[in-house]
Amino acid sequence: MRFIRILAAVLILILIVAVGFFALAWRSEIEPVAAADPSSFSEDLVQQGARLAAVGNCIACHTVPGQPAFAGGLALPTPFGTIHSTNITPDPETGIGNWSEEAFQRAMREGVDREGRHLYPAFPYDHYTRVTDEDNRALYAFLMTREPVRSTPPENDLPFPYNLRPILAGWKLLFLDEGPFQPDTAQSEEWNRGAYLAEGLGHCGACHTPRNRFGAVESDRHFGGGEAEGWQAYAINANSPAPIPWDTDSLAFYLRNGWHQWHGVSRGPMAEVTGNLGLLPDSDIVAIATYVASVMGEPDEARRARAEELMAQAAEGPGEVQAAPAVDTQAGAGNPQDRGALIYASACAGCHNGSKPQPFGGLRFSLSTAVNAPNPQNIVNVVLFGLPPSDGQASAVMPAFANVLSDQDVADLLAHMREQYSDAPAWENLVDLVARTRSGDYKVVILPADGIERGPENIGASDGAEE
Amino acid sequence: MAISLNVNGETHEVDVDPATPLLYVLRNDLELNGAKFGCGLGQCGSCTVVVDGAAVLSCVTPVSLMEGREITTVEGLGTIEEPGPLQTAFIEMQAAQCGYCIPGMMMSAHALLTRNQQPSDREIRDALMTNLCRCGTHMRIMAAIRRAGELMQQAAAPSERRAG
Repeated sequence: MRFIRILAAVLILILIVAVGFFALAWRSEIEPVAAADPSSFSEDLVQQGARLAAVGNCIACHTVPGQPAFAGGLALPTPFGTIHSTNITPDPETGIGNWSEEAFQRAMREGVDREGRHLYPAFPYDHYTRVTDEDNRALYAFLMTREPVRSTPPENDLPFPYNLRPILAGWKLLFLDEGPFQPDTAQSEEWNRGAYLAEGLGHCGACHTPRNRFGAVESDRHFGGGEAEGWQAYAINANSPAPIPWDTDSLAFYLRNGWHQWHGVSRGPMAEVTGNLGLLPDSDIVAIATYVASVMGEPDEARRARAEELMAQAAEGPGEVQAAPAVDTQAGAGNPQDRGALIYASACAGCHNGSKPQPFGGLRFSLSTAVNAPNPQNIVNVVLFGLPPSDGQASAVMPAFANVLSDQDVADLLAHMREQYSDAPAWENLVDLVARTRSGDYKVVILPADGIERGPENIGASDGAEE
Repeated sequence: MAISLNVNGETHEVDVDPATPLLYVLRNDLELNGAKFGCGLGQCGSCTVVVDGAAVLSCVTPVSLMEGREITTVEGLGTIEEPGPLQTAFIEMQAAQCGYCIPGMMMSAHALLTRNQQPSDREIRDALMTNLCRCGTHMRIMAAIRRAGELMQQAAAPSERRAG
């Protein structure tokens, strides 16, 4: 009897937990609607939506390079498996054409699709939840006026239990801080505008803040540096590894132009970001820069003095290249530092110690965040794969050295650069990192230096008309 | 330093400063003047040669790393008397105007056609992305590369029949 009573109690408990979880996880379906008539949206609203979509960089994830814009299907590798982005064109069957504005607002706010299914946080609704209803309305108008594309993205490739969407309700309970942006009344209007854009649609922290083992951003290490698509997203708080500290002016110039004379060119996924921001008015760019610069804070006296020194050196003209010593250059023989110096002198110095200014010349490595960063991944990526040119316009370029330099060569070169151009400690396990990057074991996305919509042949979206 | 280079199937012993880029050794020491000095910064592609099957920019390639590698320059694609398929196609399509970029274009195309003799226009454009031409013969260069692919396939076809 006692056994049966215990069993009953356990069963009831399980039932209560199950009902509780169901109540937590269940979201209602929002009725499908007939596709909105594009002419029902005002031109101003659509334009505003276009600018906001650029801030959100929606196109980058929701487009396969070279395929129609916003049609989804891009594979996003995550530590939990591969997620494919959805089709957010207004196609009623395969896109979001039958979503009402209410359904769109809910997806942005709560990370739930029209049918009530939880969305994976690869869609950064932990940031988008800050977006105002008004801005979501404009985004909805923009998306509903795009060319509908009939295209079903591949299924996600997620192992159990990550393939069960209801568990996302638990994730949200732990990590989703739902609700609109709360302005800080102690700060200026400009700062608050910047914070709203950067923390909301801009979702800077999705890459620039580290994530915990559940894939949630670690809010106590805000802007402390993370990674995206095989690239290090540097710390953009007080720990920024940039040799010359950023300020509002340099950030604004960089975000507007995709390069800065003391910092070099944006590349990897950041190239898409700076490319997209071209649609924004200067006031919004300056607002974002104001906010991010304030998160970084004022550099201390030592850092400022070091920066002055570096800028003065760089202004003096071509830096000195360490004379290449005559050594046996066969891999494994000789002093690795010397091999690195030798490779540097013949492969790198021509541009990087040359007189051509940014963005078409090579950046002095003493100014390079990549060479001064704690993790060498970005400089490995650039050495191996270069910076491809964009189509039909002048852009920063760099040759790829994957077919010239062996893993050991790259490792020796980078060890030399780290020694020569940074005070930071030597990097470890370089050969292994280079080998994994070259083999694709560590997957890296390579993009030209310009924005996605300006370089459709190489990277971005076609407008659907071409192919 | 003394270094042994394998260029167009021949071995050359040269004694050069180890920091020298490959291009200078090809032109000055080996007198293979096909590869051109354009920008010297790896930005224009006129110095392109093929190393172990891949197109590389010889003006930023350390010669010290080239020992044991198989280097092919435009001179290795054929002779005046017996031009190779790429050279034949470029002549046939009159793809050169001033011609300065052409050896580099041909070598990028050579690396592509060795892998794929029926490249799409997109694949040709991607392979030649790092080669600049200031005269504007791009469309003829594209046509010549497509033609060279055909010539290579025709040359390969009879032997395949024999083999079959």
